[in-house]
Amino acid sequence: MVRTFKRGGVHPPEHKQLTERKPIETLPLPKRVVIPMAQCLGAPAEPTVKPKDAVKAGQRIGEPKGFVSTPVHASISGTVKKVDLYPTAVGARILSVEIESDGKDEWVEGIDLESREVDFTRPDDFLPALTDAGLVGMGGAAFPTHVKLKPPKDVKVDTLILNGAECEPYLTADHRLMLERAPEIALGLQILMAVLKVDRAYVGIEDNKPDAAATMRQALAGTLGVEVAVCRTRYPQGAEKQLIKSLTGREVPPGKLPMHVGCVVQNVGTAFAAFEAVARHKPLVERVLTVSGRAIREPKNLRVRIGTPLSDLVAFCGGAADDLRKLIFGGPMMGKALRFEDVPIVKSTSGILFFDREEAAAVREFPCIRCGRCVAACPQGLVPCDLGDQAEHGQYAGFADALDCVECGSCQFTCPAHRRLVHLLRLGKSEFRRLQKKG
Amino acid sequence: MAEPTTPTTEAAPAPAKSAAPAEHRLLVTSSPHVGTPESVPRIMHTVWLALLPAAAAAVWLFGYDALLVIGLTVAACVGFEALMLKARGLAWDEVRHLAFDGSAIVAGVLLAFNLPATAPWWIVLVGAFVAMGLGKHVFGGLGHNPFNPALVARIFLVISFPTQMAVYISPVDSFTQSSAERLELDLAEFDGQTYATPLGRLKDAVRAQADPAKVEAIRAEVAERYPVADLFLGRTGGALGETSALALLLGAALLLWRRIITWHIPLSFLGTTAVVTGIAWAVHPELYAEPLVYLLSGGLILGACFMATDMVTSPVSRTGMLVFGAGCGLITAVIRLWGGYPEGVAFSILIMNALVPLIDRYTKGRKFGETRRAAA
Ligand code: SF4
Ligand code: SF4
Repeated sequence: MVRTFKRGGVHPPEHKQLTERKPIETLPLPKRVVIPMAQCLGAPAEPTVKPKDAVKAGQRIGEPKGFVSTPVHASISGTVKKVDLYPTAVGARILSVEIESDGKDEWVEGIDLESREVDFTRPDDFLPALTDAGLVGMGGAAFPTHVKLKPPKDVKVDTLILNGAECEPYLTADHRLMLERAPEIALGLQILMAVLKVDRAYVGIEDNKPDAAATMRQALAGTLGVEVAVCRTRYPQGAEKQLIKSLTGREVPPGKLPMHVGCVVQNVGTAFAAFEAVARHKPLVERVLTVSGRAIREPKNLRVRIGTPLSDLVAFCGGAADDLRKLIFGGPMMGKALRFEDVPIVKSTSGILFFDREEAAAVREFPCIRCGRCVAACPQGLVPCDLGDQAEHGQYAGFADALDCVECGSCQFTCPAHRRLVHLLRLGKSEFRRLQKKG
Repeated sequence: MAEPTTPTTEAAPAPAKSAAPAEHRLLVTSSPHVGTPESVPRIMHTVWLALLPAAAAAVWLFGYDALLVIGLTVAACVGFEALMLKARGLAWDEVRHLAFDGSAIVAGVLLAFNLPATAPWWIVLVGAFVAMGLGKHVFGGLGHNPFNPALVARIFLVISFPTQMAVYISPVDSFTQSSAERLELDLAEFDGQTYATPLGRLKDAVRAQADPAKVEAIRAEVAERYPVADLFLGRTGGALGETSALALLLGAALLLWRRIITWHIPLSFLGTTAVVTGIAWAVHPELYAEPLVYLLSGGLILGACFMATDMVTSPVSRTGMLVFGAGCGLITAVIRLWGGYPEGVAFSILIMNALVPLIDRYTKGRKFGETRRAAA
């Protein structure tokens, strides 16, 4: 049975053929890395190294500040060059640690890059290991994983959902990871289940990746309570709330979190990282991502150290085309267009897209013709055209309703007038919150 | 590492402190970065393309005069649109762009479809001016008008020039026959009367209620003069574009297939009219015709498929569309059966246009995760 959420959604051209058959390649060790301290949705970490310090790969260089914060680790061995403000994908001036490689790639004591041993008799060790490893959601939101895994006492979680939907066009990193690392992901899944103490889990995969579903099924054969569920290819199938609905039929009420309906959603990449954290004591210092788009000569799926400058990836992928017009961190539906050409890869970078003149063509905006397509497309049941009008007129009172907007972009994707609805919705939501705070 | 042909790799490694290297070549917009190939002009141009079968039918039925009326109306609408855009202070190349976005052409064709073949040129000009001015630009132009511009113009003309707007002719004998010629022949044939539309005759029957013999005579005449097959093909009198159900349905099929309209409004509109007229017919078969006759005559199909579905002036949600269509159907049937006018399509759509904000408000769907009225 192919599952899906019922309401809204769109089906943008997938463009996954550019990279879906290309095995993950490992990017050569970068000569230098720039590691931002702000790599999760919570508070930025505090740097614990200073210039000229020698560091090893996997060494902690940033301490978390508070519960909703994650530690940051060196991704290569070498010397700290600077601790300073750098332009990154998250902002123009972010406190980061620059490390110059010594070319040796030495790892700190205790990390065993080959180990596959997971001691399931000691599940209590898992959560500290994951917390120490600096795990964040790797689908793009970068929410600290340990926070999600530690729901408040009064909330009962009974289901873990592993998100392998990868519904964003162009991106194929999760797809390849499932094909190439299914056994490790399966172990990671079991680790996460043990932490949450749940006996039920789903792996949700869109039906445009039947091979990944088959591989995952094989890897999970015999694992009790786990179902690999094939979902319809329909954006935003991989949005937490929609995936929960597709797999369990439960709807997260407005303003609530997945755990309030008993679910925790983790990305397949996060499961892989969880496996590495527990079995190898390896912190999150590298990730798999997709480099694609028509303005990059050789689109690829790459395993990259966190902090690697974008220019390294570009060079490895044969260079960017002359008519590069847009650089996107993330997928084309929710990713962020970049102002800077050379920024470091971070934990949440699921892909980097190079759009040429045609792909990035700016389309003329027309007035809203009230066609209702945005209403039909909104998976959250909102009326984007009206909300857009209100924001345009500086009226934000109606945005109490719109706080559930997940900024998936379905409305704007489908709008024939090409209105910048998501921008208006973001504006409206933030203005509403600001006014509310003022009282 | 740098490759000469790739500006990206040439960019200096991100320097600290100093202002980041803003790259002007790069487009920075908010997500999403992909969009539908559909656009407002594409939609509008497809709509008038979908009206072409009915336009062809109009020319086949009413000769070259139909071609002249349609051509003049469209030209006038586009012309007035351009003038009004200019008057609103837009630059000329903006004006050129917007005047040909297709929406003025659609309004022009629809207005022409609501005129008789005999319409004099000045009626066309007045109609086009009203459609573009009163119907559209006083509200702020494309997307802001609450009422369908072509219908605003039609009602304006019917009220201002009732005589000229009611001069219908029989289908012409050949393309080269002028509407004036055909009108002469009609007057001779019907004892000095102009061609009567089926809805007009049905209304006559209702008016003659007191006299059963007369009612029976009129009903017999209607059955003989307007066989259903003719109504379907359009071989009957009426406004230019409304008579051929076949041609209109072909066009509607194109719009449905291109997903420019959905089935919700046409089906609920036609369905409600059919049900209400069906009930009337079941109760008083001697007085009212069967629903099919009501469905195929007058402007019902044109209205249900092309004018009630005007996106700008109809609700945005599917539920809203169903309510809107049903309202149109109900009002149309009530006017046709019991009202003072033989035809009620234009009025019904305009009335429902006015209710759209209200409908939109009360048909807002359940938000994701919300339980409706504590049920479910
Ligand atoms: S899709 Fe665009 S044009 Fe259509 S109603 Fe929504 S905002 Fe308006
Ligand atoms: S309103 Fe928000 S949730 Fe709805 S389609 Fe638009 S971006 Fe997605």
